[in-house]
Amino acid sequence: MSSSNLENLYRQVIMDHYKNPRNKGLKNEDGFYKVHLKNPTCGDDLTIQIKVEDNKITEVYHDGTGCSISMSAASVMSETIIGLSVEEAKRIIDNYVHMVKGEDFDSDMFMGDAIVYHGVSQFPARFKCATIAWKALDKALTDYKKE
Amino acid sequence: MDVNKIRQDFYVLANNKLAYLDNAASTLKPNSVIEALNHYYRDLGVNIHRGVYRLSYEATELYENARQKVASLLNCDFEEVIFTRGASSALNLVASSLGLKEIKENDEIITSELEHHSSMLPWQNVARIKKAKLIYIPLNVEKKITIENFKKVLSDKTKIVALNYVSNAMGYVTPIKEIIKLAHEKGAKVIVDAAQAVPHMEVDVKDLGCDFLAFSGHKMCGPTGIGVLYGKYDLLQEMDPIEFGGDMIDYVELQKSTYKDAPYKFETGTPLIASAIGLGAAIDYIRSIGYDFIVKHEFKLREYMLSKMKEIPGITIYNPTTETGIVSFNIDGVHPHDAASVFDEENVAIRAGHHCAQPLMHNLNQVATIRASIYFYNTKEDIDKLIKAIKKSIDFFKQFI
Repeated sequence: MSSSNLENLYRQVIMDHYKNPRNKGLKNEDGFYKVHLKNPTCGDDLTIQIKVEDNKITEVYHDGTGCSISMSAASVMSETIIGLSVEEAKRIIDNYVHMVKGEDFDSDMFMGDAIVYHGVSQFPARFKCATIAWKALDKALTDYKKE
Repeated sequence: MDVNKIRQDFYVLANNKLAYLDNAASTLKPNSVIEALNHYYRDLGVNIHRGVYRLSYEATELYENARQKVASLLNCDFEEVIFTRGASSALNLVASSLGLKEIKENDEIITSELEHHSSMLPWQNVARIKKAKLIYIPLNVEKKITIENFKKVLSDKTKIVALNYVSNAMGYVTPIKEIIKLAHEKGAKVIVDAAQAVPHMEVDVKDLGCDFLAFSGHKMCGPTGIGVLYGKYDLLQEMDPIEFGGDMIDYVELQKSTYKDAPYKFETGTPLIASAIGLGAAIDYIRSIGYDFIVKHEFKLREYMLSKMKEIPGITIYNPTTETGIVSFNIDGVHPHDAASVFDEENVAIRAGHHCAQPLMHNLNQVATIRASIYFYNTKEDIDKLIKAIKKSIDFFKQFI
C-alpha cells in the first residue's frame, strides 16, 4: 500500500530528528576533521566534522540544508557513531548503505536509530538523501588518517 | 482534437496510470517517433554522406529531410539548421565559436537570472576568459524580463544578448522580438534559448529577427541527444568550427585545411543520424496536432490547475501569472523533495529541484521548487491527481509539525 510506504519512509523518529536535530552546528575549534558534501541536483548541502581520539570517534557535528531525510540522517548518524571505533563506524556505514539500497544487510548489527531508514529502500530516488551524511562520514574516516 | 485518442499514441500514457507533469524536463515520445528510430536502425543502420550505395543514400535522404522539416518549422533556410546534441550544445557552440572570437575586454554580455544554466553559463565562461562583463537584466517584481528593464542595461558596449524565449522555471514569455530589435540598434547579436518555446508555440525566426536560436528534440516528442542551432547564414559562414574531423572538411593538407560551408562545418563525425530522423518524425507529429490546439489546450489546463491550487491553503505559487503550462510552487513547511516522494506514491511525475536555474532560486530565496509542466496530452484528470497529491502531502506532513 502506498500510504504505508510513506509511513515507513517518514517514521516519527526521522521527523523528530529533522525538527530537533542533535549535534547540529559546527565547532570552530582545532582537532576536528571536516567534510563538506553537496548534491547539486537537489541542493542538499551538508558539512560534518568529527574528532577521533585513540581510534575512537569522540565528537560529531553537522550543519547544512536539505530535505527531512538528508538532514535527519545527519542527526541520526552523529548520535549513532559517537563513542564507536573507526572500524565499527565503517561497518555500520557499509551495512546502512546496503539497507537503504534494499540489498541484504545485517539486521542484528547495532545501528541505533539508523535502522528506521529501512523504508528508503522503497524510494530509490531518495537514496542519495539518506546517504549523504554517511558518505561524508566515510570520507572523513578515510581522509583524517592521511593528515 | 480528442486528447484521449492522442494519448493512445504514447505507449507510456496508454500503459500507466501516470499523471505525467514533468514535460518541461522532457516530453514523452509518440509511437511514430519510436518507429522512425526503429526504421533507421532496423532497415538502414548505415552511415550517411559517404556511402555510394542504396542504403546510405536512403539514410542520407532521411537525415537531410529532417533538416528541411526543421527549416520549415522555424521558417529559415535549410543551410541555417545545424544539428547538435541538444539545446545546451547548440548554445555552447555559439559561445565557443563566435563568443571567444569576437568578445573583447570590457565588452558587455546581457543575460538574466531567469536563464537555464545552459543559456548563461557558456557566456559566463566567455566573459571570464575575455574579461568581458556579464550583465543581468533586473527582473521585475513578478521575476519577469521587461523591455523597460532591458533598456536599463543595454548600452553601446553590449555585444551579446543571451536570453530565454520561455523561462523553464517560471513559464514566462520573454518579449524577445522587441528586445532583438533594440539590441540590433546597438549592433549586438541575440541568442535565443527556445527550448521551452518550440515545443509549445509557433516560432518564426525571420519574424523574430534573432541571430541564433536553439532548442532540443526531447522536449518536443523527439529522441534525446538531438537539438538544433539556427543561425543566420552569413553569421554562420563567418564563424569557425569548434570541432574538427571527418565530414566537415573541404580539402585537407598537412599544415592547413579548408572546411565545408555551414551547416556541415559544424557537424563533424558521424552525426546523430537516428535522432535527427526521429526529430523529423516528432515535428511531423506536432504539426499533425497543431500549435493552435497545443496553445489552447495548455492554456485551459493551466488555468484549471492554477484555480485549483489557489483553493488550497498552505501552498505558495511563485508564478501565478505564468504565460505557459509551467507552474512553480512549494508546500509551506515541506521540503520539495519530501513532497516529491508523496507525489511519486500517487503516480504524479513532477520535478522538484532548482530546475538548472540556481540564480533564479537565489532570487526567489528558495533552495528548490516543485514544478508542474503541461503538454498537449495532459488531461484535467492529470491535474486532479496533482491536486490530490498536493493535499495528501499537506495532510501527511501536518502530523509532524
